[in-house]
Amino acid sequence: MQLNRDDMLRAYRQMRTIRAFEERVHTEFAAGGIPGFVHLYAGEEASAAGVCLHLTERDVIASTHRGHGHCIAKGCDVKAMMQEIYGRKDGLCAGKGGSMHIADIAKGMLGANGIVGGGPPLVCGAALTAKLLKTGGVGIAFCGDGGSNQGTTAEAMNLASVWKLPAVFVIEDNGYAESTASGWSVGGDQVRRAEGYGMPGVRVDGRDFFAVHEAAGEAIARARAGEGPSLLHLKLERFFGHFEGDAMTYRAPDEIAKLRAERDCLTLFRRRVTGAGLLDASALDAVDRETAELIEEAVAEAKAAPFPPPAELLTDVYAAY
Amino acid sequence: MAKKSFRQAINEALRQEMDRDPTVVLMGEDVAGGAGAPGEDDAWGGPLGVTKGLMPRFGRERVFDTPITESAFIGCAAGAAATGLRPVADLMFVDFMGVCFDQIFNQAAKFRYMFGGKAKTPLVIRTMYGAGFRAASQHSQCLYPIFTHIPGLKVVIPSSPYEAKGLMIQAIRDDDPVIFFEHKVMYDDEEEVPDEPYVIPFGEANFLRDGEDVTIVALGRMVKFAVQASDILEKEGIESTVLDPRTTSPLDIASILESVGETGRLVVVDEASPRCNMATDISAQVAEQAFDALKAPIRMVSPPHVPVPFSPSLEDEFLPSPEKIAASVRAVMEAPARRAAA
Ligand SMILES: Cc1ncc(C[n+]2csc(CCOP(=O)(O)OP(=O)(O)O)c2C)c(N)n1
Ligand SMILES: [Mg+2]
Repeated sequence: MQLNRDDMLRAYRQMRTIRAFEERVHTEFAAGGIPGFVHLYAGEEASAAGVCLHLTERDVIASTHRGHGHCIAKGCDVKAMMQEIYGRKDGLCAGKGGSMHIADIAKGMLGANGIVGGGPPLVCGAALTAKLLKTGGVGIAFCGDGGSNQGTTAEAMNLASVWKLPAVFVIEDNGYAESTASGWSVGGDQVRRAEGYGMPGVRVDGRDFFAVHEAAGEAIARARAGEGPSLLHLKLERFFGHFEGDAMTYRAPDEIAKLRAERDCLTLFRRRVTGAGLLDASALDAVDRETAELIEEAVAEAKAAPFPPPAELLTDVYAAY
Repeated sequence: MAKKSFRQAINEALRQEMDRDPTVVLMGEDVAGGAGAPGEDDAWGGPLGVTKGLMPRFGRERVFDTPITESAFIGCAAGAAATGLRPVADLMFVDFMGVCFDQIFNQAAKFRYMFGGKAKTPLVIRTMYGAGFRAASQHSQCLYPIFTHIPGLKVVIPSSPYEAKGLMIQAIRDDDPVIFFEHKVMYDDEEEVPDEPYVIPFGEANFLRDGEDVTIVALGRMVKFAVQASDILEKEGIESTVLDPRTTSPLDIASILESVGETGRLVVVDEASPRCNMATDISAQVAEQAFDALKAPIRMVSPPHVPVPFSPSLEDEFLPSPEKIAASVRAVMEAPARRAAA
C-alpha cells in the first residue's frame, strides 16, 4: 500500500503522541500523582502505528498491560485516557479501569489487559463477529514475547486457523517479559509456531514503521479476503522499565542509552522521510509542538478533574440486575 | 528477637526449609529474574522482592524462573509434588488462577482421594491477594473462598510476619496442597520474628483480644483492622474478642463457637466479595450450631458485590475499614436482645 503525505503525517503524529504521552506519564508517575501500576510503551510506537494505520472503527484490537500506545493508535481520546490513568470521573473508563484496563469499545479497542494472554482469545471472538456479521472487519491481537508463550495464545492461534478467522497475531518482542529475556523464555521460534498452526508468519524489524506497515498490510488484506489468520513477529525496544519503578538491573548498564541513540523508531522515521524528501522537517516539528501542547493540556486537565463520587462504586456491574 | 518484615519472614521460611530439605524447590515467573538477560542475575526475586537471594544460595537447579505459562508450571509443580519433590510455586497474583485453575482444583486437590489415598501432594502455591494497591479489577481480588470450596486444598491466610513464617514452614512440611495467600500491601509490615524455624499448625485460631461483649472474626489484612476497631470500641466500653482463624481450610470453627458461646454476638470481617465468602460460611456454621447462644443477629463486614475499582476514591469506599467494623459492632451491641422462642 502506497503511503501519501497525509498518511505519513498521521502515522508520525500517532507515534509522537504516544511518545509524548508515555514520557510525561513517566515523570508524573515518579512525582507521585498517578496511582497503581503503569507499563509504558515508549520505544515500541512503530508497531501500534504501523498496524493501526490500516484499521478503521469496524476493526477491533486487543491489547496488553502495555496498552497506552495501542489505544492512541486506535483513535482513543488522549485527554480521556490521561484522566483514566489519574483515576478521574471523566476518564475513558470512568476511573474504574485505570492504565491496565484502558479501553474504548466504540473505537474498536477491546482493552488493555491485566492478564498476560488475555487478549488473543478475545480477538478470535471479534474476528468471528466480523465474519458472521460480514462487517469486513478484522481482529488484531497484540501480544508480548512473554505472552506468546501463554496457553491462551497458542489455543487462540489454533482456533483462528481452524475457523479461518480474519485475525492477525502481532507479537511485540521487546526482548523481555518482566526481567526475563525473550531469548531465554521462548522455546523454538514464534514464526515457525505460526507455520505449525498453518498460518503465514513473518519476522519484521519493529523499529521500522514502513516495514511494519507493509507486513501488517499484507496480513490484514489476507484476513479481509477471507483467507484466515497470520502472525507478525516484531522485534522492538522498550525504553522504560517493565513497570514504572522497575530498577532494571537485569539490563546492560548502557543498554537504554544505546537503544535511544541507535534504535529509536521515531528518529528512524524522521530520518527516512526527510532523507527521501517525503516530508520536510518543519512539518514534523509542527507535529512535535502540537503533541507536546496536547499532552500538557491533558495532564493539566486530568489533575484538575474530579474523582468519581463514592456512589459510582456500585454502578456498571451488570446491564440489568 | 529481631524485627522482620512480612517479606523477610517468608523469605526466611523458604530459605530455612530449602536448607533443611533438598527436595524443596521454587518455581515461578521472575522468582529469581534476569534469566538470559545481559545485566544482573536474581534481578527481581519476584515482582515485590520476596524470593530475592534464594537463587544465588540454591542455584538455578532449585530456583526456577518460568516462562509465562501458569497452566504448565503450576501443573508441573503438582506433578512434581505427587512424584517426590516439595515444590513451592509462585502464582504471583491470585487473579491469575484463571489461566491454571484446572491443574489446581481438578488435579492437585483430588489426587489423594481419587487414587484411593495412595497419593501425597506436598505442594505450596504462594499467591498475592487483596485490594488497596490501586491495582484495579484483575490484580486485587481475594478469591480464597473459591479455593476453600474445593475439598483437598488447604488454604492459609497469614495476618502478620510472625504468622507468615510459622505458617509457611508448616505449609512446606505439609503433605497436602496448600494455597498460601499473601496480602500485597502487608509486605513491609514489621514485627518480632524468631530467627529459628518454627511451625504454626493449621486449623488453630489465634486470639488477639479477649473481651466478653462480642466476637470479631477476621482474616489476613482484616485482622489488623479488627484489632484497631477493638481498640476504638474499648474506649466506648465495648469489650471484644478478636479471633484470627489463620486457615480457612481447615477452619477452627470450634474456637469460634466457643467464643460466641461466651459473648453471644458475632461480627465477621472478610475482604473477599460478599457472596459465598468466608464471612457467609462462618456465619452459616455459627447460625446452625450455636443459634441458641446468639443474643443478636450476626453481622458481616465485606466489600459490596462489585469488582475492585481502580480510582482511589472508589477503592477506599470499597474496602472494609476499622471504622466500618466498629460501626457493625455497635449495631450488634445495640440490636434488641433476642427473645427466646416460646
Ligand atoms: C496470566 C498472567 N501471568 C503473569 C502476569 C504478570 N505479568 C504482567 S506483564 C508480564 C510480562 C509480560 O511480558 P511480555 O508479554 O513480553 O510483554 P511486555 O511487558 O514485554 O510488553 C507478566 C509476567 C500477568 N499479568 N498475567
Ligand atoms: Mg516483552
